[in-house]
Amino acid sequence: MAKGDPGAGPRGRRAAPRSRKAVTGDPELVQLLTPEGARIDSVTGPDGVEYRVDFTDEEYRGLYRDLVLVRKLDAEATALQRQGELGIWASLLGQEAAQVGSGRALRTQDMAFPTYREHGVLYCRGIDPIMPLGLFRGVDQGGWDPNEFKFNMYTIVIGAQTLHATGYAMGVAMDGKTGTDDGEAVIAYFGDGATSQGDVNESFVWAGVFNAPLVFFCQNNQYAISEPLERQTRIPLYRRSAGFGFPGIRVDGNDVLATYAVTRHALDNARHGQGPSLIEAYTYRMGAHTTSDDPTRYRIASEVEAWQAKDPIARMKAFLEREKIADAGFFTEIDEQARREAVDLRERVLAMPNPEPTTLFDHVYPNGSPLLDEQRAQFSRYLESFEGSAH
Amino acid sequence: MATETLTLGKALNTGLRRALENDPKVVIMGEDVGKLGGVFRITDGLQKDFGDQRVIDTPLAESGIIGTAVGLAIRGYRPVCEIQFDGFVYPAYDQIVSQVAKMHYRSRGKLNIPMVIRIPFGGGIGAVEHHSESPEAYFAHTAGLKVVSCANPQDAYVMIQQAIASDDPIVFLEPKRRYWEKGQVDLDAPISEAYPLHSARVARAGADVTLLAYGPMVRTCLDAATAAAEDGRELEIIDLRTLSPLDLGVVYESVRRTGRAVVVHEAPSNVGLGAEIAARITEECFYSLESPVLRVAGFDTPYPAARVEEEYLPDLDRVLDAVDRTFGW
Repeated sequence: MAKGDPGAGPRGRRAAPRSRKAVTGDPELVQLLTPEGARIDSVTGPDGVEYRVDFTDEEYRGLYRDLVLVRKLDAEATALQRQGELGIWASLLGQEAAQVGSGRALRTQDMAFPTYREHGVLYCRGIDPIMPLGLFRGVDQGGWDPNEFKFNMYTIVIGAQTLHATGYAMGVAMDGKTGTDDGEAVIAYFGDGATSQGDVNESFVWAGVFNAPLVFFCQNNQYAISEPLERQTRIPLYRRSAGFGFPGIRVDGNDVLATYAVTRHALDNARHGQGPSLIEAYTYRMGAHTTSDDPTRYRIASEVEAWQAKDPIARMKAFLEREKIADAGFFTEIDEQARREAVDLRERVLAMPNPEPTTLFDHVYPNGSPLLDEQRAQFSRYLESFEGSAH
Repeated sequence: MATETLTLGKALNTGLRRALENDPKVVIMGEDVGKLGGVFRITDGLQKDFGDQRVIDTPLAESGIIGTAVGLAIRGYRPVCEIQFDGFVYPAYDQIVSQVAKMHYRSRGKLNIPMVIRIPFGGGIGAVEHHSESPEAYFAHTAGLKVVSCANPQDAYVMIQQAIASDDPIVFLEPKRRYWEKGQVDLDAPISEAYPLHSARVARAGADVTLLAYGPMVRTCLDAATAAAEDGRELEIIDLRTLSPLDLGVVYESVRRTGRAVVVHEAPSNVGLGAEIAARITEECFYSLESPVLRVAGFDTPYPAARVEEEYLPDLDRVLDAVDRTFGW
């Protein structure tokens, strides 16, 4: 080649121009309920598995009740934040189906590791909905017992809990609690942004290598605060699992029935000793990341409206009406129940006391620390030095 | 009494074996800890005898080692994690300080993370970079962690068992340059009564100056005391053993008696353990002091290339020079 030829030498080599746009719009998602509320009896996923649900009318109505209640409680929490009663709130608006579908697919013995937005899963685990509000109000750091409810504490550092879930699942296998119908499974919740984290990728490696009885449940709500999915990945997220040696599947995260079916299948695989899998629940965060950001700065109204048409509650209601599983009286009754529970939640949040100052020294170490004891004693004396102090 | 002469490394190995025997929930995990027995052979033979579910060879991912151990601990296991070298702990730093240290507090005591994180630390073995660091201050600064370091085979044998038996998460710093030093080990020493895990010990009594050290520098200070004795000076050497929380009662008692104190560590002096100890002594023993508390430490540089590490590391001469200076006030 002649000197000056743009093709000469390594420096002159030109790669074919590559699209900078990520390929994320894979249409293959499992769906059992269309946005219009039409029921699909069964669907064969791209994994060859036939997904279906077989609920009684009462169970269908129960799922609807769950969806409405968690949305109402979430809205109440948002309102409480706006009124200054909570420091911040991470709303689940739009993600009710992904959380209720997966949460109801869990069996009593299964263990869940959430992020900080899984209020719907928390509700499904039977935990009092006031529990996470203590964290966001700043009076505690989440008050439930993870072992009692099989639902770990909220984890704020992105992706860190996926490793905890993996280790816990390894322990389940080491305890010999897999391989039967009543075996245990573990589920790890995280978002699309978390898939960029090292910990999530390490947990994929570990779960695969140790065949951990674990379901990775990614709620792809399209945004990590303001960063869109294209800033996290070039490929659909569910395909990540292939590189780690376990199955991945995408489900319509606004479809509570499909989310339930896919999660139950993956959990059963895990409990029977067939190892981990990744579920990408394709959904949308309708509100802000938290009450601290303004989503109108980073996304357009038409996108939000398009997702509004896929609303998880509206489609379930349309289905119940279409199939005559519920009547107007039922819907009124659910709305009234939601209203009552929201009022109750509000009253209890307002009554949440601040912790006593010296409790900040409690539970630093299981075995205590002499230096900390000394510091606590000094601080107590300092508080007592104020005239008229109640301390 | 079953007393044997063991290297510090073998004493650790024996202590780990004892812990595995005594509690079926103890699991050892790390890179190369199985068939190889660890790069320093501290876990030699353990996987062969206890199986690959008790002594787990892990993928090469430090955050993964610590993060999965958190999950195992929540499940009821007692993980003992090996970080291969001090300079490799940083990828796991987030899991250690944000998760391991805070789980108990965050859950208001409902979760315990009874984990031991073993780290061979410090220099003096002629290694390449990232293999000779002293990261103790990072961990001692973090509430919720306890940080300890052994300095001789007897302590290695007892303290590793105490750390594993403790419900507190513990960073266990092993002085790698002392792995091959031998000493008498009482194999029947009880782990609960011999002394509490968090207790300093007078390694050598003396009346003139108190030297405070831990891990690899305890030997250096003992050698300095031998040399000083020839000049007629009695150095008292305190092996701190526990860096967080510090066992300060022993320290204050000694300094009030000698009136002089020198803190010796390999880590850089800037914002190191020596600064904390000097401040505490100054607050508590101010009227007993004949001179300021001095520090002998690594320099405030990255750990240097092996051919100059002897210049970097505090040695007998630098320790004795500091002792001399305490008499200059």
